[in-house]
Amino acid sequence: MKRFAAFVTKEFYHILRDKRTLVILIGMPTVMIMLFGFAITNELKEARVAFLDHSNDPQTLAIQEKILASPYFSLSGQISTPAEIEDIFRDGQTKLVVIFENDFGQRLEKDGRANIQLIADATDPNTASTVVNYAQAIILDYARDLPPQQSPPLISVLSQMRYNPELNGVYYFVPGLIAILLMLVSAMMTSISIAREKETGTMEVLLASPMKPAQIILAKVVPYVLLSFLDAMLILTLGKFVFGVPILGSLALLLGVTLLFILLALSLGILISTVSPNQQTALLLSLMGLMLPTILLSGFIFPIENMPWPLQVISNVIPARWFIIVVKSIMLKGSGFFLLWKEILIMFGFILFFIAVSVRKFKIRLE
Amino acid sequence: MTREAVISVQNLMKTFGSFHAVNDISFEVYRGEIFGFLGANGAGKTTAMKMLTGLWKPTSGQATVAGHDVFTQAEKVKRSIGYMSQRFSLYADLSVKENIELFGGIYGLSTRHIREKRTELLSRLELTSSENELISALPLGWKQKLAFSVAMLHDPQIVFLDEPTGGVDPITRRQFWDLIYEAADMGKTIFVTTHYMDEAEYCDRISMMVSGKITALGTPDDLKRQFEAKDMDEVFIKVARHTQPIAQ
Repeated sequence: MKRFAAFVTKEFYHILRDKRTLVILIGMPTVMIMLFGFAITNELKEARVAFLDHSNDPQTLAIQEKILASPYFSLSGQISTPAEIEDIFRDGQTKLVVIFENDFGQRLEKDGRANIQLIADATDPNTASTVVNYAQAIILDYARDLPPQQSPPLISVLSQMRYNPELNGVYYFVPGLIAILLMLVSAMMTSISIAREKETGTMEVLLASPMKPAQIILAKVVPYVLLSFLDAMLILTLGKFVFGVPILGSLALLLGVTLLFILLALSLGILISTVSPNQQTALLLSLMGLMLPTILLSGFIFPIENMPWPLQVISNVIPARWFIIVVKSIMLKGSGFFLLWKEILIMFGFILFFIAVSVRKFKIRLE
Repeated sequence: MTREAVISVQNLMKTFGSFHAVNDISFEVYRGEIFGFLGANGAGKTTAMKMLTGLWKPTSGQATVAGHDVFTQAEKVKRSIGYMSQRFSLYADLSVKENIELFGGIYGLSTRHIREKRTELLSRLELTSSENELISALPLGWKQKLAFSVAMLHDPQIVFLDEPTGGVDPITRRQFWDLIYEAADMGKTIFVTTHYMDEAEYCDRISMMVSGKITALGTPDDLKRQFEAKDMDEVFIKVARHTQPIAQ
């Protein structure tokens, strides 16, 4: 035990004396959540909209007003001919043009139906579809408030965005961000720190000492478990108090699952270090083999359902995918253990697998 | 004079696939002796040393180190030896004091014992005023002396030195050897690998490895006489040339 304590102390010295490590440990989570929370959002704020109004009657003006009154849109300008549509899109500011047909108000009163055309700038497809959806929702809302006609619309759709009614981007990013940072801190940092001992030759000295290999590895990862856990707490706290991301489910379960994922990431880090002779290889393997797939294929940025099937199959072996599902369910839906045991079991499976492979690799090297 | 063997090796083999890295070597090292282990790079001396320090399991043969079997008692072997590798073996971002405390802790020494050892060691090396300095700030010669002393912190019977003076100037090397002599005078057995032939002259006995086999073994004077050479350089060249055709 004393051996272990001496070794863990040394590991803390390493971490605390290396400024780069400290920046990654403390700076990275803070900067990332601020970036994702404030700057990078999918949600719409004051998208510029232009109107081409062929009828200019009370009804079209009311719709215009209703659109502009929402926080999602602001006025780009009024145009009077279809030819101007092209010009107003070209300057890049305007995202949407709303066109009202001739005699809009009269037709609406007489026939109970009138046409509006929405033209969106689809150079950015995500924004375009969001803009169109929002505008449609506002117009439908207007139509619902009209006095009932003799021939009412046959079908009306009422949609509700459950669990994240304002479609707040931070809700969606916090779980993914935790996954990525834990991968970074636990897997990348441990693999690099173990590889560093190999590179400098101190690993040989340690192996020639009475400490068992398993003890050495365990003592090396203990500080990272602690620091990763603090990082996860930091993100959750910032998410909750700065951005108001709710934690509806059990906090204990959430922290337990987080700890499980930390162990998973550490076992991956150990596996990487067993195959890397030096720090550079460890860094490259972590970045290419862990960070990129975690960011791209875990469902953090791109929805898994929209991927081509080969990528969907691959995403099954990305550990972060399961963690993100579990964390989202606990935080946003308040799901309990009995709904999530399958994903949790899969994470356990990953840990056992990675540790088994690492031990095997290590034994081969000793024999 | 009867001499007590602290390392005893019989027909030791280490095979990687069909390659015999260490091919049937036998020798003994006596208490208080400085035993030089020579050979070109790739001759198998590092592999042999890794087996004797309990890092690698031998393929076959017998070996005891400090009375413990390297096959079955690797842990006990590790406890009774000190090890310093060719690459520098202290932590550069830890202070002198912290390094001593770490290795004392790893070898299971008590806090009081470590404190005593530290005071004694630092005053002997005249490093007391630098105990809070980081290792990276020390000159290379000092680092190596410190690494050697730290390897002996737990009073091992045998100290293994794997090319300890690689990349060091001749004067520092000479000073390092003074430390080795001091340790040998205190009854420690020193097992040292090197490829500096002038250092071979400093050893009590030397063995030379070529292609996994020990091809010469004896005191420096014996070997010079046996191979009719004026210095160890010449002995080594003759040994290597003599053995190459047989090995192929």
